[in-house]
Amino acid sequence: MVIGLGHYLAVAAILFTLGILGIFLNRKNVIIIMMSVELILLAVNINLVAFSTHLGDLVGQVFALLVLTVAAAEAAIGLAILVAYFRNRGSIAVEDINLMKG
Amino acid sequence: MNLPALFFYLFAGICVAAAFMVISARNPVHSVLFLILAFVNAAGLFVMMGAEFLAMILVVVYVGAVAVLFLYVVMMLDVDFTELRQGFMNYLPVGALVGIVFFVELFLVVTAWAIGPGVPKSITAPIPPAEVYSNTEALGLVLYTRYVYFFEIAGIVLLVAMIGAIVLTLRHKPNVKRQSIADQVARTRATAFELKQVRPGQGI
Repeated sequence: MVIGLGHYLAVAAILFTLGILGIFLNRKNVIIIMMSVELILLAVNINLVAFSTHLGDLVGQVFALLVLTVAAAEAAIGLAILVAYFRNRGSIAVEDINLMKG
Repeated sequence: MNLPALFFYLFAGICVAAAFMVISARNPVHSVLFLILAFVNAAGLFVMMGAEFLAMILVVVYVGAVAVLFLYVVMMLDVDFTELRQGFMNYLPVGALVGIVFFVELFLVVTAWAIGPGVPKSITAPIPPAEVYSNTEALGLVLYTRYVYFFEIAGIVLLVAMIGAIVLTLRHKPNVKRQSIADQVARTRATAFELKQVRPGQGI
């Protein structure tokens, strides 16, 4: 049994769906939502690397590196905003984040 | 069943199971630990695909930095997480609906795709054979030459993220005495001391 591109794409699709589901199920907890976003980005990276190695093109891996960087930056900024918000309001519930009434 | 298939199903199964536990665990600390497990197994998948450098980066950056950052924040915030979990079941129908729709769409795409005839001609950076260059060397040869702007943009993104995180979380307490070098340098002889004319026998 040969493990081909389709297998990796299936794994990435399942991970992506689990990430989406996590955002919906944990609508009150920002930390779990951010972890779900990380899962989604991981699924995207698996897709990029799978296509890169299957087609024999390194550019996919370069782009996966950029996605990884952006994901790390997003996690850092998001958690910093979370900490600042928690200091101001004493809560991290998403329903409370309506200060600007936007 | 041969060995690559065995390891693929091992890594993929644990990765998907850990991802499921991330979104369904009761304790957020457990969620973070399952996230680490998912990332480590995804790194195993990367190694199986032949992207060793990205696998190691995934372990170092995600497991070593991002997941531990999550862990710190989860442990530092004094939040009642059981209260945040309420409504989990209320959100389940719409979440499951969206998830199923998404998964069916992705499944249809994954099972019915074809690589176009022009794609092999448009490959810009072909992977050299593994005997000539390892994955890390090949990636470095491309990343530092043709895609050097990509690399610098990644660096700028990280720099902005670092500055932003510091600016967002740094607090100046009002009652703490700090050294002010500008004030020290700006001191002149006139502001530093004054001469008092003391009369004999009286004191100041």
